[in-house]
Amino acid sequence: MTDTPLASPSAAPQHGFDAEARPGLAEERRVLGLAVSAWPGVIAPIVIGVLALALWEAIVRIKAIPPYILPGPVLIAQTIVQDWGTLSQSLLITLRITFAALIAAVVVGVALAILFTQSKWLEKSLFPYAVILQVTPIVAIAPLIIIWVGDINLSLLICAWIVAFFPILSNTILGLNSADHNLVDLFRLYRASRWQTLRYLRLPAALPYFLGGVKISGGLALIGAVVAEFVAGTGGRASGLAYRILESGYRLQIPRMFAALVLVSASGIAIFVLTSTISHLVLRRWHESAIRREA
Amino acid sequence: MNYVSVAGRTADAARQASRPLVSLRNVSKQFATGTLAIRGASLDLAPGEFASLLGPSGCGKSTLLRIIAGLTEPSAGTVEWPSACPDASPGATGGARPDIGFVFQDPTLMPWANALRNVMLPLTLARVPKPEAESRALEMLELVGLKGFEKAYPRELSGGMKMRVSIARALVTRPRILLMDEPFAALDEITRHRLNDDLLALWWRHRLTVLFVTHSVFESVYLSQRIVVMAARPGRVMADLANDAPYPRDDLFRTSAEYAHLCRVASETLKRAIMQ
Repeated sequence: MTDTPLASPSAAPQHGFDAEARPGLAEERRVLGLAVSAWPGVIAPIVIGVLALALWEAIVRIKAIPPYILPGPVLIAQTIVQDWGTLSQSLLITLRITFAALIAAVVVGVALAILFTQSKWLEKSLFPYAVILQVTPIVAIAPLIIIWVGDINLSLLICAWIVAFFPILSNTILGLNSADHNLVDLFRLYRASRWQTLRYLRLPAALPYFLGGVKISGGLALIGAVVAEFVAGTGGRASGLAYRILESGYRLQIPRMFAALVLVSASGIAIFVLTSTISHLVLRRWHESAIRREA
Repeated sequence: MNYVSVAGRTADAARQASRPLVSLRNVSKQFATGTLAIRGASLDLAPGEFASLLGPSGCGKSTLLRIIAGLTEPSAGTVEWPSACPDASPGATGGARPDIGFVFQDPTLMPWANALRNVMLPLTLARVPKPEAESRALEMLELVGLKGFEKAYPRELSGGMKMRVSIARALVTRPRILLMDEPFAALDEITRHRLNDDLLALWWRHRLTVLFVTHSVFESVYLSQRIVVMAARPGRVMADLANDAPYPRDDLFRTSAEYAHLCRVASETLKRAIMQ
């Protein structure tokens, strides 16, 4: 009964029981908190980005393109700084709607997914409507929602939520149903209640799928918020980033339009990084997707 | 069975030893697809017995194990537990099913939980208070030789160690019977031999009843007192071979003439079972 598990295949003395050796978890040298081998993957896209921006700026200057047709990146950066007062307010409004929609999507998506997996009939009768909600273009129903709801913030929230909730719902349903069959049998053997099976088996098994859904929905919530703002903005009733884009377009303030656009993209990237990081932190101890393998 | 009484059973257990722990009568199983998996299997298991179910793949030995565990309902026949606790309420299939330990072919661990939490699972489900569950699980991990690995996640453990966690989990409820479904089939030979020895030590020390499904003649001869040979299509019990070789069995037994002889007998019986 004396296993000699090896913390690292190369470190501890070998006892000849290779099969009992544990998979090696080698620690790599880190620079600024990032593994050495990961740095090229970070540097390469930055270099490309800087080069592209420089090229853009050069073309704008050499060809003397007027800023109301295409502003250079330097001018856009200047505009962001100059108009930060207005732009940051709009950014805050858009982000608030995005995150509220994402949280609502998580709560409703997970709750519905749990309900659906507890009752096949409920799933059969309600799921088609979730699909209909998903496939209907949000641009087409946003005006209706804005008219019906009245409150502009609430209607924007509803629009963003409609776009964001489906990936969470369908992913979580898939996850709840993908628990190991033998483990399901084991829970039956120990006479686990429905609640225990949900809590100790189905929910943890669904976690990677759910987090995958959140990653998709984070971006979708932003898109939903921006699209709804566009629709609302044509009626002059919103003040988020999309409204700034519209407004700048009408007034031919193209640098400002680009500045707002940059902020929308940056928000999208930030949301993706945030959800990916959360997903990685939650899953790193056990899930295959979060485990880096040595080639 | 001699050494079992030598090993010091309680008087109560000795009195019950004359009655089988579990008794299968004419058990048949037909799946919804129409396949007849098992036809008229009858089998008695005495308390403290180590028996193997030996047969080719598709002979229904796993299905039989699942029927005993109550995971699958038989289409016909009965499963009874004559020496189960008298105060337990009788189930639909006769005497109440006692606590059962089940070990699958895969370790079947929860990847999101560490070794300790995995072993604690049956106690958690039985709502045993956490401190007690924890100390019992730790005890079990030590028993299977995994002291110090409570915090390790399944992916950090080797195949053999994962199987040890799985066995610890099956034993943590102190079950009357341990059902094992080809538990070591996916392991390499060296690891398998060590786990075989450790399993025998556990069985011997804790006076378990073990029903061990395998398709390996050698494994069944090495481990068990009794080899129940099954045939396929439809699955049925063909022969019930006694293996009186004394315990403790070790590598010497593996190279003995007695072992070779038993392997030949079991092998021939299996071959006949396949031919028919």
